[in-house]
Amino acid sequence: MLSKSQAKTFFLGGTIVTFAVFLALSWTSLSNEVPKRTHEENLTPQVVRGKEIWEANNCMGCHTIMGEGAYYAPELTKVYERRGEGYIKAALMSKTPWSPRGRKMVAYGFSEQQANDVVAFLKWIGETDLNGFPPKPDLKK
Amino acid sequence: MKYRSQKVAYWFFALSMLLLSLQLIYGFIMGFAHMGYDGLHSVIAFNTARAVHTNLLVVWLLSGFMGAAYYIIPEEAENELASVKLAYAQLISLAVVGVIAIVGYHFNYWEGRKFLEIPRPLDYLVVVNVLTFLGIILVTLFKGKKRTTTALVLTMGLVFAALLYLPGMIWFDNQAMDSFFRWWVVHLWVEGVWELIMGGILSFLLIKITGVDREVIEKWLYVIVGLTFISGILGTGHHYYYIGVGKIWLIVGGIFSALEPLAFLGMALFAIAMYRKGEKKHPNKIALSWTLGTAIVSFVGAGLLGLAHTIPQVNMYTHGTLVTAMHGHLAFWGAYAMIVLAIISYAMPNLTGRKLYDTTTGLYAFWLSNIGMLGMTVAFGVAGVAQVYLERKVGLEFGDVQKEIQVHFLILVSCATMFTTGICMYIYEFVKHGRPSDEALVTQ
Ligand code: HEM
Ligand code: HEM
Ligand SMILES: [Fe+2]
Repeated sequence: MLSKSQAKTFFLGGTIVTFAVFLALSWTSLSNEVPKRTHEENLTPQVVRGKEIWEANNCMGCHTIMGEGAYYAPELTKVYERRGEGYIKAALMSKTPWSPRGRKMVAYGFSEQQANDVVAFLKWIGETDLNGFPPKPDLKK
Repeated sequence: MKYRSQKVAYWFFALSMLLLSLQLIYGFIMGFAHMGYDGLHSVIAFNTARAVHTNLLVVWLLSGFMGAAYYIIPEEAENELASVKLAYAQLISLAVVGVIAIVGYHFNYWEGRKFLEIPRPLDYLVVVNVLTFLGIILVTLFKGKKRTTTALVLTMGLVFAALLYLPGMIWFDNQAMDSFFRWWVVHLWVEGVWELIMGGILSFLLIKITGVDREVIEKWLYVIVGLTFISGILGTGHHYYYIGVGKIWLIVGGIFSALEPLAFLGMALFAIAMYRKGEKKHPNKIALSWTLGTAIVSFVGAGLLGLAHTIPQVNMYTHGTLVTAMHGHLAFWGAYAMIVLAIISYAMPNLTGRKLYDTTTGLYAFWLSNIGMLGMTVAFGVAGVAQVYLERKVGLEFGDVQKEIQVHFLILVSCATMFTTGICMYIYEFVKHGRPSDEALVTQ
């Protein structure tokens, strides 16, 4: 039968081995994969300003991006491709809550420049290689 | 209780109960918003309600864990807490940081990163707070007479949890990197180090309640936390499928995260086996219910419902939908809310000397909250599956789909009402126990 010290070895050994593998895999992903898949050369200061606005207003508190966030408002990874720049800017600059289908968005009333920054961020996100996410609706006629 | 300083635990538990009740209020606000009643939109927008709901959850659980440690460590180490004054100061600062963060969320003062919304400047206060806490626990443990496995596993869980908070504080320009390290906090907490905390508390409770030999219980504790880390660390990969960090994670994350339920299965079998084996039957029936309950419900909520969407082919469709919310609720409830409620139910009679072991209110609290939470899980699940099908298969607009599934939120809010009734009864019992008292000290 398993003894307590064997059980302890199983715990410590398993932890150290898997953690080492995890660090190695993380390192290769971050140094080789991420720059290519996210097109880091397109990560301009404007995109970064867009990300700052995205975070400062907790957009993730209603929407998802890359499938992460909340489930109250639409997934935005491909919104640039789906709606285009004009539509997104109208939603961001509106002084009354944007609500095309009844559910209200916060009325941010951003300036033209802030709206452009967020659009740049969303455009950049839309171009990352996400292994096929979001899926194409295959029953759509 | 055996040591005077254990009384500190009471105040952490009380803070826990207060924050839990606030959390539920914000849950209702979101439930109603999903039904189309968004009257509070201009004052408490959905993103505010959500940040408050999830952050209060994390803070009341942490406060519960800290209370648990302040109760358990003196008894296991056979030593009074190193400094009771510092522990009270730490309690107050925890409450203050919590309140500032929650109030800030109402005024757009936050960082929009799911679960880590606390702004950086406040993060530093959190770090100071947690270091104080760990200092007290470590000094108590290492100056004590004994260093039991239970105490070590619990402490290890708390120390690692503190360390893993740090990767969440780094700024990244690249959203993929940001998300990558956010999971080091979120995933490695709930599917890693918090399971050590849960395991430590569970083992303490089983030793006290079933009377089974410590050596047997602690041996299995090592096996369970071993399974946790072996599956859970590489299992982080199940969050790396679709965030732009490479294909290797589809395989590694898929395989290892599918093994994660084993740790929870181990927890459930362990608790049931020890209960069967135990000869001594502790009279605290309510604590026993919560203890066995947490082991079983965590297996269902985290293990089975996690497994349901952890395979890449499934996750492609369910990723970031209400299916995730379904699993999030039952997993957090079963594993972490219930273990906190279990240790509180066990500790309260010992701290106050009032032996409310088997009251009807206490048992109703257990059943109503659990049945209510199961109902909520089903409501989220049905809404989620319908959402996945209509939005990701049929390709309807998000907003149109949400209208179709509104009715499930009526069910959600009804079940949440039942759940909340149970929680109110639990808090009523908590208050009825009264304050901790030195008269409750027992000498062995
Ligand atoms: C007590 C343990 C657990 C808790 C508290 C928990 C909680 C959560 C929460 C809150 C999320 C949403 C996170 C976010 O989107 O930011 C989540 C996601 C997820 N969990 Fe768990 N979980 C637990 C265990 C597990 C286990 C054991 C598995 C697998 C077997 C699992 C599989 C998943 C998957 C695949 C996702 C991603 C869902 C998506 O793509 O949207 N979880 N979990
Ligand atoms: C009165 C009871 C409750 C109600 C009505 C409620 C409702 C909700 C709603 C509507 C959401 C937001 C989903 C979205 O983004 O659209 C949410 C999120 C969440 N709630 Fe609750 N909740 C309640 C209690 C609880 C409890 C007791 C827990 C933990 C034990 C909990 C844990 C969570 C978590 C972890 C999330 C984030 C889920 C995710 O991102 O996947 N909630 N809740
Ligand atoms: Fe996870």
